[in-house]
Amino acid sequence: MPERYFNEMYQGDHVRPPYAGLDAWARDMPDELRTMKQSEAETLFRRIGITFAVYGEGGSPDRLIPFDMFPRVFSSGEWNRLERGIKQRARALNAFLADVYDRGEIVRAGRIPGPLVYMNDAYEIAASGFTPPQGVFSHIVGIDLVRTGPDEFYVLEDNCRTPSGVSYMLENREIMMRMFPQLFQQNRIAPVETYPALLKRTLASVAPKKCEGEPRVAILTPGHFNSAYYEHSFLADMMGVDLCEGQDLFVEGDFCWMRTTQGPRKVDVIYRRLDDAFLDPLCFRPDSMLGVPGLMNVYRSGGVSICSAPGAGVADDKAIYTYVPEMIRFYLGEEPILRNVPTWQCAKADDCAYVLEHLAELVVKEVHGSGGYGMLVGPKASRAEIEAFAAKIRARPENYIAQPTLALSTCPTFVDEGVAPRHVDLRPYCLVGREIELVPGGLTRVALTDGSLVVNSSQGGGVKDTWVLAGV
Amino acid sequence: MLSRTAANLYWMSRYVERAETNVRLLEVAARQALLPDTGGGNRNEWESVLLASGTKPAFDQKYGEAVERNVETHLFFDLDNPSSVASCLTQARENGRIVRTALTTQVWEALNNAWSETRDLARQERSSLATRDLVDWTLRTTALIRGSMLATQLRNDGWDFMNIGTYLERADSTARLIDVKYYVLLPHVSMVGSGLDNYQWRTLLRALNGTRAFSWVYGGEVTATKIVDLLVLNRIFPRSLVSSVDEVVAHLERLGRAYGRTTDAQAAARSLSARLAATDAPAIFDEGLHDFLQDFMREVGALGIAVNRAYLSGDAR
Repeated sequence: MPERYFNEMYQGDHVRPPYAGLDAWARDMPDELRTMKQSEAETLFRRIGITFAVYGEGGSPDRLIPFDMFPRVFSSGEWNRLERGIKQRARALNAFLADVYDRGEIVRAGRIPGPLVYMNDAYEIAASGFTPPQGVFSHIVGIDLVRTGPDEFYVLEDNCRTPSGVSYMLENREIMMRMFPQLFQQNRIAPVETYPALLKRTLASVAPKKCEGEPRVAILTPGHFNSAYYEHSFLADMMGVDLCEGQDLFVEGDFCWMRTTQGPRKVDVIYRRLDDAFLDPLCFRPDSMLGVPGLMNVYRSGGVSICSAPGAGVADDKAIYTYVPEMIRFYLGEEPILRNVPTWQCAKADDCAYVLEHLAELVVKEVHGSGGYGMLVGPKASRAEIEAFAAKIRARPENYIAQPTLALSTCPTFVDEGVAPRHVDLRPYCLVGREIELVPGGLTRVALTDGSLVVNSSQGGGVKDTWVLAGV
Repeated sequence: MLSRTAANLYWMSRYVERAETNVRLLEVAARQALLPDTGGGNRNEWESVLLASGTKPAFDQKYGEAVERNVETHLFFDLDNPSSVASCLTQARENGRIVRTALTTQVWEALNNAWSETRDLARQERSSLATRDLVDWTLRTTALIRGSMLATQLRNDGWDFMNIGTYLERADSTARLIDVKYYVLLPHVSMVGSGLDNYQWRTLLRALNGTRAFSWVYGGEVTATKIVDLLVLNRIFPRSLVSSVDEVVAHLERLGRAYGRTTDAQAAARSLSARLAATDAPAIFDEGLHDFLQDFMREVGALGIAVNRAYLSGDAR
């Protein structure tokens, strides 16, 4: 019986070429060795302190995301096409942002409804009328992709604000190289370790007008209680920049300064891992203790660059998502290389009626939700769950969108019984500054529970090393 | 360096040192308790240790009776007690985690292991853990953390802040330990010079790793004057007040040179060092050891405030 899902390694008994180097490796690995390596990996992760706290779940704040040692592999041909698609999308999203905070040509042309943009919660009035350096708003674009067939890739969502997870991409690779060096001798695997250097170059390339000489870059973190704090500190370390909290920065005159043991030092570029609402209590939420009072003034007068730029979130809103292919045609005059998932917007009466009738087949998500919370996976839900969810949709239709349940591809994964297929997705990280860069790889998340389609780490997902084989 | 980074490095070291002081206190009490009670029934070394650690009110409220098991729980395991060994190591590890990137892998692993082993110990059957083992474990653990710093950290300004933290804390805690002896353990002046008195001095020496040092340096009879000379004024003894203060001075001077400017902190440290250099053990006894120590601790506190204002608070201009 053919599998319902596309298995990225096995087609019946046939091994797809990118995975050729892994068949014997997995087959010949004795159980004891596998168990030993798995616990070695866990020890390594724990020792480097890469842990992940899940909001609202309680439990240990020092939980590990499970790491699966079976790599996920792309051929260079597959990757080339993905790369073109990802860069195309990142360019279009930035063009859209620069446009809607300026003249709004795409709205004037009637290609996107105005209210969807200008009345969107993520649209920042405070950002309008100012073009950031290089015209870039979203400097790190994380594009969540799923695969449904040999040549079928869908974009699930775009992340234009502060996509996280890149430290896992880098650490997963480090650990695989340490544990299985022979795999890296036998296979030509493109390196991802250039990411921090590229990120730093990207950030430096958007230094503000008033910056003279080598720009000083800093990361702004909400603090060590944040679930992604490890990543913030990891990136600061790899780039050799300071990791600041709001209290470490202050505004004086036309600039933003860092409090150091030798007095104030000017900061030129801030890579913030903090939501817009908390950036500047004078401009956004007045009760924010995490931000820097007066920062937006300095930003708008060209004293400091903020990455991603305030307001970038309007481009990755789930309601705007539907229009990304339209953006690509409008700004770039190209056809989209990567497909969007067909999406029903419950805010529209017709769509809502369809969704309510077909709940058992659909995936329903909150428009502003993330992390796999507050979603319904129709085919996996009980009748009672579906009815409860239907009531929620009826109460606030505008809060929901729905998509068909995609037949997510699977990748072989180590499980208790040996090796079994599990569903995966992919998040590559595209860097946009003076140039657009993409390291060959990304974060593969895997739903470790048999049959589950939810890959979020907060819902029992794990991660894998993602290989791109070097071209010949 | 970010002021907050410097502050975390400074506090990280202080907490590691403080954890060590706590088990040294535990050790003093455990050895005192082995001594037959000849003081007339009201002698309780466990209570003395609580007084010395400054946490007696909190202890009384939570545990009531000052018996070995309770005091040990309080000083070692209790996360409600902010200066228990477990609290100190948790806090030190948290400080380290915040500035993870300013630490070498080796230092971070030592800190992280210390923390996770504390949690393992807390889960173990208590009857299988002797006080002696807890003391040994802590001394080994803090030595490993400090040794990792010494062997692997870059000698930059962060190094200076770690050391200023370590030695300020050590100056304060050594003074506190000596004060326990004189002020609390021996309630009656009439006992000074008695057999009990000498036993207590020896215990204190032992807790500070000073028994052999004493024999090497002074030899002969153990007297209060010689011991005070060793613990307060002798530069060759690494835990003496003068050694600790001199280390603080040295690291502040290094910092001043690297930054090209000095602050109130350097001045305060130098004047404290000068005061120690100008006195001797008989003069300290004339002044009264307890008063001398109280004064000293106050000045160490003031020095800490000066360091904070000059470097750690972020207000430097």
